[in-house]
Amino acid sequence: MKKKDIYLVLVLGIAAILMFVFINISHQTAGNNIKITIDGKVYGTYSLQEDQVIEVKEDLGINRVQIKNGKAKMIEADCPDGYCMDQNEISKENETIVCLPHKLVVEVILENRIDNEIDGISK
Amino acid sequence: MGFLNNLGGIKVSRRVTYAAILVALAMTFSYIEVLIPINIGLPGMKLGLANLIVLIGFYILRPQEVFFISLIRILLMGCLFGNGLSLMYSLSGGIVSYIIMLTLKNIKGFSIVGISIAGGAGHNIGQILAAIWIIQNDKIIYYLPPLMIAGMITGALIGFLAKRILPTISKGSQKILIK
Repeated sequence: MKKKDIYLVLVLGIAAILMFVFINISHQTAGNNIKITIDGKVYGTYSLQEDQVIEVKEDLGINRVQIKNGKAKMIEADCPDGYCMDQNEISKENETIVCLPHKLVVEVILENRIDNEIDGISK
Repeated sequence: MGFLNNLGGIKVSRRVTYAAILVALAMTFSYIEVLIPINIGLPGMKLGLANLIVLIGFYILRPQEVFFISLIRILLMGCLFGNGLSLMYSLSGGIVSYIIMLTLKNIKGFSIVGISIAGGAGHNIGQILAAIWIIQNDKIIYYLPPLMIAGMITGALIGFLAKRILPTISKGSQKILIK
């Protein structure tokens, strides 16, 4: 290891840690809905308040997302690697579960329903 | 046969042989790697044994030859054991890490370990970029920091390994292979 190697490790390490901290800050508030997108297109939005199992059936395969006690988890997927089922439960805003082979992303969002209603009325 | 002469005249068959051996070794390493999975809940995380070959290649062959060794390895492994998508991830990771490692190799002052660490991080950056493009969702960038750190750790391991074996390899190859 030379001097420049050390600098390189420090720069890369600090960059990764800063990104990590920044991302964690954005994961603090609890969300109320999950949004499922496939290939960048929104498949559906579901409330985290209701316990349910969402079956996502698409050309690439099937995924089952379970919502229980305000947390979402991938409980079933017929993708080849199955990594999505290993990922942790999500409940905080911006947390995600990704199923790469199916191009599927489950993300927690925070939608303020009251604001939406007021907007609706004022229009 | 002007193309072959440009590669170094009579030494060309030796260079081709070396390149072929490295491709075969890189493929073997990629295959072995499947047998030793590191599962720490990070998709896309692996040891990157094949990068050992790319690293060694940088010190005994020309950069463009190393590029083709890496490219052929990725394409062949993709055809044999992967699918279209996994090929995209490997290709993107391989190209980004190649560019980063070549750049550092050309800048004086970085050791093979440092080059390998940057290559490991670069590989995972490339894979995330491919994933963002494939699934059309930039939220996946959240996986980058842990993957970058993981890439740097495995990169360091591979780098130290390369540092140990490089003297032996270059002793045998210096008569045949010119920079």
